[in-house]
Amino acid sequence: MIAFAIRRILVGIVMLLAMVLVVFILFFAAGNPARDVCGKFCTPEKLKQVTQVYGYDQPISEQFGLFMKGLVVGRDYPVDDKYREALAKSNPDLVIHCPAPCLGYSQHDALTVNQDIVKYAPVTLSLSIYSFVLWIFFGVLIGVLAAVFKGRALDRITVGITLVVYALPTFFIGTFLLQFVAIKWRLVPYPSYVSIADGGVIGWFSSLFLPALTLALFYMAAYVRITRAFVLESLTEDYIRTARAKGLRTRVVLFKHGLRAALTPLLSMAGLDFAALLAGAVITESVFNYQGLGLLAVTANKNSDLPVLIGLVIVAGAAVILANIIVDILYAYVDPRVRLR
Amino acid sequence: MPDISRPFLSVENLTVNFPTPDGIVHATESLSYTLERGKTLGIVGESGSGKSVSSSAILGLHRYSNAIVSGQIWLDGTDLLQISDNDMRLKRGKEVAMIFQDPLSALHPYYRVGDQIAEAYRAHNTVTKKAARARTIEMLARVGIPQPDRRVDDYPHQFSGGMRQRVMIAMALINDPTLLIADEPTTALDVTVQAQILDLLQDLQREFNTALIMITHDLGVIAEVADDVLVMYAGRAVEYGSARALLTKPSMPYTWGLIQSVPDVTGPVDRPLRPIPGSPPSLVQPPAGCAFFGRCAFSSLVPGDRCAHELPELLPIEAGHLKRCHLEDVSVMYAESVEADRVDTATVEAGAH
Repeated sequence: MIAFAIRRILVGIVMLLAMVLVVFILFFAAGNPARDVCGKFCTPEKLKQVTQVYGYDQPISEQFGLFMKGLVVGRDYPVDDKYREALAKSNPDLVIHCPAPCLGYSQHDALTVNQDIVKYAPVTLSLSIYSFVLWIFFGVLIGVLAAVFKGRALDRITVGITLVVYALPTFFIGTFLLQFVAIKWRLVPYPSYVSIADGGVIGWFSSLFLPALTLALFYMAAYVRITRAFVLESLTEDYIRTARAKGLRTRVVLFKHGLRAALTPLLSMAGLDFAALLAGAVITESVFNYQGLGLLAVTANKNSDLPVLIGLVIVAGAAVILANIIVDILYAYVDPRVRLR
Repeated sequence: MPDISRPFLSVENLTVNFPTPDGIVHATESLSYTLERGKTLGIVGESGSGKSVSSSAILGLHRYSNAIVSGQIWLDGTDLLQISDNDMRLKRGKEVAMIFQDPLSALHPYYRVGDQIAEAYRAHNTVTKKAARARTIEMLARVGIPQPDRRVDDYPHQFSGGMRQRVMIAMALINDPTLLIADEPTTALDVTVQAQILDLLQDLQREFNTALIMITHDLGVIAEVADDVLVMYAGRAVEYGSARALLTKPSMPYTWGLIQSVPDVTGPVDRPLRPIPGSPPSLVQPPAGCAFFGRCAFSSLVPGDRCAHELPELLPIEAGHLKRCHLEDVSVMYAESVEADRVDTATVEAGAH
């Protein structure tokens, strides 16, 4: 089991490194990032200077080496050694140390990418976890009920509603909830993010309700349908007939024997969906104007802030890889047939 | 109140229909048979002949599908088709138990076998977990699983096919059922293991005085275990009698065809197989006459078009031996077989020269 986990983690690290390389080449092959830093009134002399100071004049292989070094041991900005040493003497406040794992430095935000991400991550993490819990709990519950009452009114209504919700884009659901539930009907206060430190658990919980619901509804609709399908499939299995032949109560047959088999594929899907959410809540964050990673990505994109974009892609990729590893390890616990000794 | 005059198990005019978009599937049509405790009834027939469907009806498993079941199933004085779902559930696994064909898919892959067996025990007995576990281990030992106190915590995939079927048997017998239905219990197993499982079933049957229904398409199994045999074809009984009578004097061309299609290991190696040509009729639109008409080699010997138009009745030909066939003189079947043997032997010899 431990050997399996270590192997998966090592493979994950290799995947991550490959991803970093591809992302780095893709982004830096696009052009000289110094042009954007240099600003509107850029003279050729100034551009040359900026290019040199930030190390963009060096070959990509060299820059990648520096980036990797930053990831492992950290690095200092500006990149150019002579310039930095001179700066350290004249104006030491302008020399920025970026500790490992350094994802880069955003000239636009005047922050290291790590600082940027740490600043925006709490909203996204809160939102993701909150909506994850909502959608898994209600999605699976309603899905099982729909499967149990297959063909009856409850099932038909549920399937109909999920189809509609699934078809609605997130920005529509978000805008609708914001306009009607919060503004017109005033059922909840206008949502704005409150951290646990500021508003306590209850403040945090209620401040996130609408955006989390917005995110969750889409996934919930998907999970109702998937759970229903998995449970229905599981109910046709021979072991369900065996369970009935033993004289077990219908409730036990459905929830112990039927649902158990459906949970395994749900687990692997849920892990990946959660990881994708960490980087994919852009629309919800935009609609509610919550300062999360999605919004950071959009802003960085608008500003051509390449270091932030690279950092975000790497963090999102790492989240997906990590979620994969966790799902694989959990899978071994959930399904005895893949248990490794 | 137990009815003294009625046999232990008496299935009377059992009909099971499945409504489907293509029409009603007549899976079992007015099937009747009886069985006493300690005796074995073999039900033979090819896939889709209604063997399993009619037996599942005894456990009331059709209550969970859209099947329409009619007739009577008397078990120890109670008509199982008349009792409530909950009463049926309480009998299921306790008085009537079933062993299924493929033990790998019939066992839940995610639960330990011990828990699955104990679950059957605890469903019908108010006992502690510990007592149920002890009983499970005892039962695993009884069905011949080595180191039962360790194997009880294993998962189904950690057992071999034969051992898994022993687990199924332990699960079925843990509540000492009076009627055991074994639905092709040896089909998924290799031949040597088959024999072990059959021996085990017979030992346990003697020990618990269980009535046993053995569903199979293997006549070898029938010859070994059955007291009575019911041959089913296209949802109906076509021949019913003692195993001895039926195997030595088969009187219906379908039964005869089944016996003829068994390869003879003592005969010449090159003897061609003699399958029954064709395939069974549709169960949605059963033919008007004999269901076997069209595959039957002897229907031309019956005067007129009776086989094509008139469904033969299940009638006794001697005490306790019934057949559903218009053919009166069955000696022609035997004669034809002797001729076929002669031709085959001649062909084999000619090939050798």
